Amino acid sequence: MAFDAEAVIRTAHLARISLPAAEVAAVAEQLERIMEMVEALRNVPTEGVGSMAHPLDLEQPLRPDIAQNSDRREALMQNAPAARDGLFLVPKVIE
Amino acid sequence: MDLSEASLRELRDALRSRRVSARELARFYLDRVAAHNPALNAFITITEAEALAAATAADGRLAAGEEGALLGIPMAHKDIFCTEGVRTTCASRMLEQFIAPYNATVVERLRAAGMVMLGKLNMDEFAMGSSNETSHFGAVRNPWDLQRVPGGSSGGSAAAVAARLVPAATGTDTGGSIRQPAALCGVTGIKPTYGRVSRYGMIAFASSLDQGGPLAKTAEDCALLLEAMAGHDPRDATSHPEAAGTFAATLDAPLKGLRVGVPEEFFGAGLDPEVAAAVEAGIRILAAQGAVIKPIHLSNNAHAVSTYYVLAPAEASSNLARFDGVRYTYRAAGVEDLTDLYQRSRYEGFGAEVRRRILIGTYVLSAGYYDAYYLKAQQVRSLIREDFRQAFAEVDVIVGPTTPTAAFALGDKAQDPVAMYLADIYTIAVNLAGIPAMSIPCGFTAGGLPIGMQLMGNYFTDGLLLNVAHRFQQETDWHRQRPALASAKG
Repeated sequence: MAFDAEAVIRTAHLARISLPAAEVAAVAEQLERIMEMVEALRNVPTEGVGSMAHPLDLEQPLRPDIAQNSDRREALMQNAPAARDGLFLVPKVIE
Repeated sequence: MDLSEASLRELRDALRSRRVSARELARFYLDRVAAHNPALNAFITITEAEALAAATAADGRLAAGEEGALLGIPMAHKDIFCTEGVRTTCASRMLEQFIAPYNATVVERLRAAGMVMLGKLNMDEFAMGSSNETSHFGAVRNPWDLQRVPGGSSGGSAAAVAARLVPAATGTDTGGSIRQPAALCGVTGIKPTYGRVSRYGMIAFASSLDQGGPLAKTAEDCALLLEAMAGHDPRDATSHPEAAGTFAATLDAPLKGLRVGVPEEFFGAGLDPEVAAAVEAGIRILAAQGAVIKPIHLSNNAHAVSTYYVLAPAEASSNLARFDGVRYTYRAAGVEDLTDLYQRSRYEGFGAEVRRRILIGTYVLSAGYYDAYYLKAQQVRSLIREDFRQAFAEVDVIVGPTTPTAAFALGDKAQDPVAMYLADIYTIAVNLAGIPAMSIPCGFTAGGLPIGMQLMGNYFTDGLLLNVAHRFQQETDWHRQRPALASAKG
């Protein structure tokens, strides 16, 4: 079984999602079912098959190294839940 | 002239000859939205004042003699496309108050063409769902039966077009999210070739799979919309240099000699017999126009859903990492420290399905599992693309059902993620390969629910798909059927 309670708690921590203890068992069961479906891939022969990350075989385009963005700090920060003097406010990190 | 049934060409002609003004047209559709949206919940945000102002501007451009195929025609955007000054929620609590500081390229292009946006359409949260039930703003109802789902994730788009609340809508398709709701609501929708339509300003779910496209009543309308939406965009690194295309001019090309592949794997167990019969009848209509029907195989389609549920969550877990409670509107109250802020904001801001997919994605990318799941899925993705490559050496288009069943009841699959995922069993392989595909109405169940037929094409044959769909729609009137809405007003 891939997803026991401990795996769910570990993964939720990696994903920075706080899962209430009361939900862990139900989430584990759902994730386990999804992973059971995914496990079928193990039986597909893929020796020597290349991996495909993207549909188009395009080169990453480059543009001249010239600044194109105007200063829109104020507009871009308007969605911040807490901001002051052009900075995002968060709880104190260093005592 | 019935404005709610008119094609985009007919609306353009009426606007050009001044039989109707853009403002009158916007008013007409806004009234339909006001009358029917409360029952359907297709819109998250209605932008009446902005719409009337845009319509007045379009009337000015028409008076100045400007001639655009879409000038003055109302539409609505899926609420995944960023609109400057109008909130863009992605149907999530996380972005409930988010006002984008810029327009998506798709929004910019359709606005430049003179289209009049009436509002933002409901969807599954972050486009993750096949029923529209994961929306923070409540489920959309299927206009053909209010107790059934419209499909998803572009469910608001499909329902709004089906109910004639808009003549056209945008959607996005990561695993079937344009085609599946189009099928379930009886409208026409196309997922273009990956790279045709810019993803700039389209909130990312799975970047190697996401593609925007139009939903409308007919293939002809979709062709006109796609011409305006497609085009190279230097702001999207995955935009194709040859993204632009003309699709309307070739709609009438005859189908004689067209090689149509019918994948045996799409007609097996799990396919509802009524859907099978309608699609088979649709294939006979293509044959009657001179198309040559050939059985083909897409033998790795059986692995498409499993492959997708590794790759799409992996990409999503990475894309959605930016929603951290610091930059994008939602923040949990009363947090203890920074980690608590991240964790609780993400738990509260995301719904259960989005959290599930982030967890799956995080898991398959985590140390020790990467090769077993992520790399393996990327290899199977190659095999799926190879199936299509071989098929398109023998045929020009592939035809099959869009969905295994017609619209299912609200709540039917909501508690069973795997059952929900299997609703996309015929649409997902297309996204993994990156090829274009569309859904067109091809019949009804005995219970009166629409059935969709899927057309799939090789890379950059979007025009051929629209051509086949248009010829099909010249011989059939499934796409002209409309649901009887409870309130007859408007």
